[in-house]
Amino acid sequence: MSTEQHIKLPEGSIEKTTTTLNMGPTHPATHGVFQNILELDGERIVSAEQTVGYIHRAFEKLAERRPLYQITTLTDRLNYCSSPINNMGWHLTCEKLLGVKTPKRVDYLRIIIMELSRISDHLICNSVVGVDSGAFTGFLYVMQYRELIYEIYEEVCGSRLTTNMGRIGGFERDFTNTAFEKLEKFLAEYPAVLKEFENLFTRNRIFMERTIGAGPISAERALNYGFTGPNLRAAGVDYDVRVHQPYSSYEDFEFDIPVGSTGDCYDRFLVRNNEMWQSLRIIEQAYRKVQEFKGAEATVFHADAPDYYLPEKKDVYTKMEALIYHFKIVMGETEIPSGEVYNAVEGGNGELGFYLISDGGRTPYRLHFRRPCFIYYQAYSELTKGAMLSDAVIVMSSLNLIAGEMDA
Amino acid sequence: MYLNLLAIDLFLLAEKAVLILIVISVSLLVAMYETWGERKVAAFMQDRRGPNRAGPGGLFQPLADGLKLFAKEEIIPTSSNRLLFILGPGLAMLTAMMTSAVVPWSSHFNMFGRHVSMQIADVNIGILYIFGVVSMGVYGVMIGGWASNNKFSLLAAVRGASQIISYELAMGLSIISLLMVTGSLSLRTIVEQQHIGHYYILLQPLGFLIFLVCSFAECNRTPFDLSEADNELNMGFHLEYSSMKLGFYLFSEYVNVFISSAVMATLYFGGFDIPFVNSTWLADHWGQNALAGLQIVSFFVKIVAFIFFFMWVRWTIPRFRYDQLMNLGWKIMIPLALINMVVTGFIVLLHLYGWR
Repeated sequence: MSTEQHIKLPEGSIEKTTTTLNMGPTHPATHGVFQNILELDGERIVSAEQTVGYIHRAFEKLAERRPLYQITTLTDRLNYCSSPINNMGWHLTCEKLLGVKTPKRVDYLRIIIMELSRISDHLICNSVVGVDSGAFTGFLYVMQYRELIYEIYEEVCGSRLTTNMGRIGGFERDFTNTAFEKLEKFLAEYPAVLKEFENLFTRNRIFMERTIGAGPISAERALNYGFTGPNLRAAGVDYDVRVHQPYSSYEDFEFDIPVGSTGDCYDRFLVRNNEMWQSLRIIEQAYRKVQEFKGAEATVFHADAPDYYLPEKKDVYTKMEALIYHFKIVMGETEIPSGEVYNAVEGGNGELGFYLISDGGRTPYRLHFRRPCFIYYQAYSELTKGAMLSDAVIVMSSLNLIAGEMDA
Repeated sequence: MYLNLLAIDLFLLAEKAVLILIVISVSLLVAMYETWGERKVAAFMQDRRGPNRAGPGGLFQPLADGLKLFAKEEIIPTSSNRLLFILGPGLAMLTAMMTSAVVPWSSHFNMFGRHVSMQIADVNIGILYIFGVVSMGVYGVMIGGWASNNKFSLLAAVRGASQIISYELAMGLSIISLLMVTGSLSLRTIVEQQHIGHYYILLQPLGFLIFLVCSFAECNRTPFDLSEADNELNMGFHLEYSSMKLGFYLFSEYVNVFISSAVMATLYFGGFDIPFVNSTWLADHWGQNALAGLQIVSFFVKIVAFIFFFMWVRWTIPRFRYDQLMNLGWKIMIPLALINMVVTGFIVLLHLYGWR
């Protein structure tokens, strides 16, 4: 007869005074699917462990079997709050590898779209910080103005969320007049709304108490982790890819880089809000520049890159050369030059990098996405250590952790 | 016959039974339309339409919601404590409904040759009764959260319990200073003292503010909705609830909002008193019944104004963090209430000794 029948508890489980709480993978505050395993002492977080990979879709591997133009759709699904920036970033990378020079008008149109998506990204992030601190109104109130941005996307490329916008060398078609009218409408209506949104939050006593000092990070730690974008700027480092390595003619524009000091949630919120104002400035300048083009230049919307840019449909039906190019591009049979490029754009979340290695052939040999969210998420346990449970939520949303970008 | 021996008036029993029925159904009706109102107010603030499909202006939406809740599958988690799991929402609803017993809804009607009082029970410890019953409300949250056997619910239950207990203290202290002024615990007396605009908000502004903040906390409304914080705790203590048990929790919150509004209007805004109108004059010229009817209307206008305020706040500001909530309660509210109490006591004493 055995006396070993009693329940065996794990070592030390009786003496354990903390509790483990799984925040995620499906939790209203994890915007997407990821898991934080929190060790709680009452409401206080003793330690937090991050888990990624719940929606890993192997984009980098998929990209190895696809011609360049089909990879654009993969980039849509990284940070889906600002997919046009991802699209443009990918096109710029391809152009860098292929040596395609884009006309100025294309650059400016791209900047309009990229800054619009930066606004939509920051708008969602900041209003979600509001939601996660309990103020729901700001979120739904600004939704309809994001809608105006989405209508512009719709007019330019036909879709709203996963845009697959543009082609290597430019846009698939020129902006219509309706698109410009909608842009004007947005530029006229949005500043008042952003002002109202700021009034609702920036000096709100409860919001300030909730966010000031929540999840702070010093500039040094942020740099060590590899922070970029608004989260790094909130910590006080004025690093912005648009200025340090201008792409798509950003050097032609006049704008400021807002910088915070403590790197806490409140600073991140303020930096994002200010960036929206700067984006508005850039869009206005770009729109003016686009209007200034005269003659043939005023209708240019793509570079002359016949190997990669689909010819017009009527040429395909009437001209031999165009038909051949069309066939080669669609079937993905264009050989790409071998080489190695790294190209980064200032994404909605920070430096969105594309590291592309090609050994010739039709597809990349290796493609790596530098996804800023993935890098921010490393710091999560450090940012929430010793904080309250409510802080864990607000830190998550103010870092703008988007599962799509985190997992790729 | 035996009743006669016990000196109980049968008519009084019938009258009170009818009144209880009316008050409870009105509370439920108001709570129902509060859900509609909440959605409409939220929609108004967020530039939306709100419910507008069921009936004109979505007026039948609460009925549809209720029907839906009844029709939903009822899930009791196997790992939960079944008895307590069922008791939780019941307690929450019970305490919410009981509070209305001492609220005077109006002066009396003259019906069937009698004075029909519009108050279920004019007990001379009305305020203490409200406190007693309201503090029972915490058991609904605690028991429900604990019986669910879920870590989120448990955290919410702990949050809810500590929040309600700490804010009840400040609330009680703010009431004490009001009692020094009124000298009575009966709600009817307090209302009658406030006739023709001598509202106690004028004498007790700080006390009213404290009471207001505390009643937000008691009702678990934003900025004090920590126990059901949907982004942190997945709806907190009613996370595991479904069907009408969930409905009971949601409903009891709205009944609480209604009753808190009624109590605030009673204590600080003259209750059923009609502002700027001499009620004795009105009773003489229009009759007592008309006066009582108008007083009910006046009272409900005040209540609706408070309910709107509750919603306005909910859709405007964020919620506190747990430690900030405790700091506010213990380090700000209670000292303020104490200061208010001392100052009030000082002034009341000065008045007693003839200082003008």
